[in-house]
Amino acid sequence: MNTLSPGFHGHTRPRSDRLPPGQYPTEQFPVLSAGPTPEVPTSTWEFTLTGTEGERLRTWDWAGFGDLPQEEPTVDIHCVTRWTKWDTSWRGVSVDVLLEGVDTSASHVMAESYGGYTTNLPLADLTGGRAWIVHTFDGLPLPPEHGGPARLLVPHLYFWKSAKWVSGLRLLDRDEPGFWESVGYHMYGDPWREQRNRSD
Amino acid sequence: MHGHWYFARLAARREENATARTLLFDVEKWPGHLPGQHVDVRLTADDGYQAIRSYSLAAPAEGDRLELGVQPVEGGEVSPYLAEQLPLDAYVEVRGPLGGWFVWRGERTEPVLLLGGGSGIVPLRAMVRARRSSAARSPFLLLYALRSPAERWYAEELRPGADADGVRTRLLYSREAPAEEPRPAGRLTAADLAGAAEVEGGPPLCYVCGPTGFVEHAAGLLVAAGVPPGRVRTERFG
Repeated sequence: MNTLSPGFHGHTRPRSDRLPPGQYPTEQFPVLSAGPTPEVPTSTWEFTLTGTEGERLRTWDWAGFGDLPQEEPTVDIHCVTRWTKWDTSWRGVSVDVLLEGVDTSASHVMAESYGGYTTNLPLADLTGGRAWIVHTFDGLPLPPEHGGPARLLVPHLYFWKSAKWVSGLRLLDRDEPGFWESVGYHMYGDPWREQRNRSD
Repeated sequence: MHGHWYFARLAARREENATARTLLFDVEKWPGHLPGQHVDVRLTADDGYQAIRSYSLAAPAEGDRLELGVQPVEGGEVSPYLAEQLPLDAYVEVRGPLGGWFVWRGERTEPVLLLGGGSGIVPLRAMVRARRSSAARSPFLLLYALRSPAERWYAEELRPGADADGVRTRLLYSREAPAEEPRPAGRLTAADLAGAAEVEGGPPLCYVCGPTGFVEHAAGLLVAAGVPPGRVRTERFG
């Protein structure tokens, strides 16, 4: 007699080619945040690209951001709390557009948010059509609890890397831990390699 | 070592109310945990299929014993099985402890405000337990928001009023209150938090846990009441 969770059958086996290990699919859109949702009016919203010496390279306000070329990615997202949501549709600006013509030797980036949240990523993971700053989800303005007015979207990494309420990107010469990374989360966060915690 | 899966034997199951259950597991060589942390629980079907979900630890570390609070989700894959089906003495696997932010460290002396909605009470109860058994004398205020008396968890342990250890507890019913309750049933309001932001030695370190809607609302009220956002830590269910 099997004594490991006897009588457990589970639900329909999800298709594994789109489900990273240890995840389950959800129709909902759960929320993971460390603190209160900051109020960020679009009238004062700014997005800043900062260089490795702390210099302001570029700044956009809400209207200026809206004038940039927009894309509409449809992607699967994977949260470290183990839910995966398939075919989420967004509208926003590719990070490639924001970095266009910037000459830098930076290896990493710190995404910075209103409210103080930060998360670190290799610069290469934000380029090549793999990352966006998005302001619309499912055809509607992104709700504050999901990161509105605008959040980073990096769907190939765990979703805590897709910083909510994003206020800018700061270029780094070397990797530094962001908020969750400094309390034990993995520095990179690849869902297909289950890089949840520092020791994974 | 987060990556390690431990076998956990179900030693006892306790009814908290009509649907919520406390599960007591024995885990050999459990490394211990902090109040507020959680674990991943893994179930395995006969065909090898596995399902993993996170559950909050309901009590401070005590040897090899783990206490989990499970609120079954209707139609859920894991929670109804844990709440009703997993036999005594059978095993699941657990991994952890997890979470390094939503934790209370007993050596801190600052005032603490705990704000729980529904089954969000589970990790907060671990903090109250830890506070009661520690030498810490930091002021503790627990506000426990729940729909009705029938959905109450830890009724014997978390009673309204101040206990001998200096932990104060208030129950805030949203839909149906008991007859002796002076506060009419209703949603959490700014009035319920009056004074919470201005305690001696404050502002308090706030821990808010519950469903997303509750946490958004409660954390917003705390900030509006003057608590710096950096003093509000949140954990959301579903």
